[in-house]
Amino acid sequence: MAIVECRDIIKYFSVQRGYLKKGAGVVKALDGVSLEIEEGETFGLVGESGCGKTTLGKILLGIISPDSGEVLLKTKEKQAIFQDPYSSLDPKMKVRDIISEGLILKKGSKTRLLERIEKVLDVVRLPKGSLNKYPHQFSGGERQRIAIARAVVTEPEFIVCDEPVSNLDVTIQLQILKLLKEIQEKFRITYLFISHDLRVIKFMCDRVAVMKDGKIVENRGSKEIFTGPVHPYTKLLLSSIPRIF
Amino acid sequence: MKYFFKNRLALIGFIFITIILAFALFAPKIATHNPAAIDTKSILSGPSNSHILGTDTLGRDIFSRIVYGSRISLSIGFIAVGISVGIGIFFGSIAGYYGGKIDSIIMRFIDICLCFPTFFLILAVIALVEPSIFNIMAIIGLTSWMGIARLIRAEILTLKERDFISASRIMGARGSWIILRHLIPNAIGPVLVSATLGMGGAILIESSLSFLGIGVQPPTPSWGNILMDGKSTLGVAWWLTVFPGIFILLTVLAYNLLGEALRDLLEPRIVANERIESK
Ligand SMILES: Nc1ncnc2c1ncn2[C@@H]1O[C@H](COP(=O)(O)OP(=O)(O)OP(=O)(O)O)[C@@H](O)[C@H]1O
Ligand SMILES: [Mg+2]
Repeated sequence: MAIVECRDIIKYFSVQRGYLKKGAGVVKALDGVSLEIEEGETFGLVGESGCGKTTLGKILLGIISPDSGEVLLKTKEKQAIFQDPYSSLDPKMKVRDIISEGLILKKGSKTRLLERIEKVLDVVRLPKGSLNKYPHQFSGGERQRIAIARAVVTEPEFIVCDEPVSNLDVTIQLQILKLLKEIQEKFRITYLFISHDLRVIKFMCDRVAVMKDGKIVENRGSKEIFTGPVHPYTKLLLSSIPRIF
Repeated sequence: MKYFFKNRLALIGFIFITIILAFALFAPKIATHNPAAIDTKSILSGPSNSHILGTDTLGRDIFSRIVYGSRISLSIGFIAVGISVGIGIFFGSIAGYYGGKIDSIIMRFIDICLCFPTFFLILAVIALVEPSIFNIMAIIGLTSWMGIARLIRAEILTLKERDFISASRIMGARGSWIILRHLIPNAIGPVLVSATLGMGGAILIESSLSFLGIGVQPPTPSWGNILMDGKSTLGVAWWLTVFPGIFILLTVLAYNLLGEALRDLLEPRIVANERIESK
């Protein structure tokens, strides 16, 4: 059963062309995007920078409204993990307050706050002493664990992971990806997994949609895409993977 | 705190403000005389052992009047700035976060307010209301919030694009929650600098008003009206104007030093350079 669905999403941004040229240009961030994400799967979204991946994620989460098209989200328990853990954690808040924010905002989950925070800290393998520290006292990988803890503590059913490992060292990338998989199995979470790194997509995803200029050009099972790409753009992307793996 | 002790000028400013604060808090203990006590035997006497900063035209002790006057000057600084920071943060954060029409309306309103030179605006308002201490604090506060509003709006415009704001919205936070919990705590730094500088400014405005005779009314001593009392006898009794003048000057200077140090502290680039240099 699909937990998230969207049909014919269109989102244009108007941009100033500069001081001298009059009038505004339009960026077609999303130009008729439809997709369905099944419960419990990891749905990959891949494409070059600026093709509209982040915008689509934000529309599915309801913090940007599309110009037209409809979004069907069958759960209220949604969360996001962002690319830049330096921007995604409030620098003026202690880890304790960062992780508990979602619980405080969610009605009826203020009981046993500390117990729940400590439990989730265990899940992401951060020491208990982290609670009274500020984000700048952690490394990039640790910060991403804090962001994951914040997302998981509210017991979400759907998480948008927007390039969650792009800013991390390769060794740390694998740790974080494994952690995300582990969490998915433990809590039965559906992921929309955004990345421009095909190796990461191959490791994580059950199905993959390939995006180009605000459109989905190919949308199939992960195995099929990696063994027999159909669209020329997908072939181009695949041929650009470094052959180390 | 450590930083202040590294920066000598800021430390001097900090110590001076602390002394003035002690004057204000413990005025009855520190003052050598009753500030209102008229002593007809020692009118206009210069600095001496019994009156260390001399006496005024009614024989009142200048030092004691300055000590009590610090209560007025400091509280005007604090409360006027408190009012302007409160209003500035309120309008600035709403304009910055909500943007669009609300932003345009607030920004046009600020532009209109900025058209009037603050001091003349204050003069005009004082002509209409009685110049009580509270009114003066309120008027200074109500006419000086625009800069703070602009400052906080500019900060929020960049802050609200950060991912932690998106994260909060995804978790269901409303505008008021985001503004109070995330935006204001992150935007408050430059406002503190501006507020510290503003305290000096407010003291200066009060002194100017009192000097013109439309500020704090006698017999309540304020640094401004002590200075005004000395205006007519400037030629014969310099201590009546020089001492309160020095206190005004040093306090404003101290606030400015503190504000500048705070600015350096909060400006990441400059501080980073300093760290590199000190290594
Ligand atoms: N708020 C905005 N205002 C104007 N243009 C925007 C805005 N947000 C996104 N865009 C534009 O829309 C397009 C798609 O942006 P988006 O962030 O969704 O791309 P992306 O696929 O996530 O890229 P990246 O891989 O670099 O993160 C880009 O051209 C971007 O410049
Ligand atoms: Mg993106």
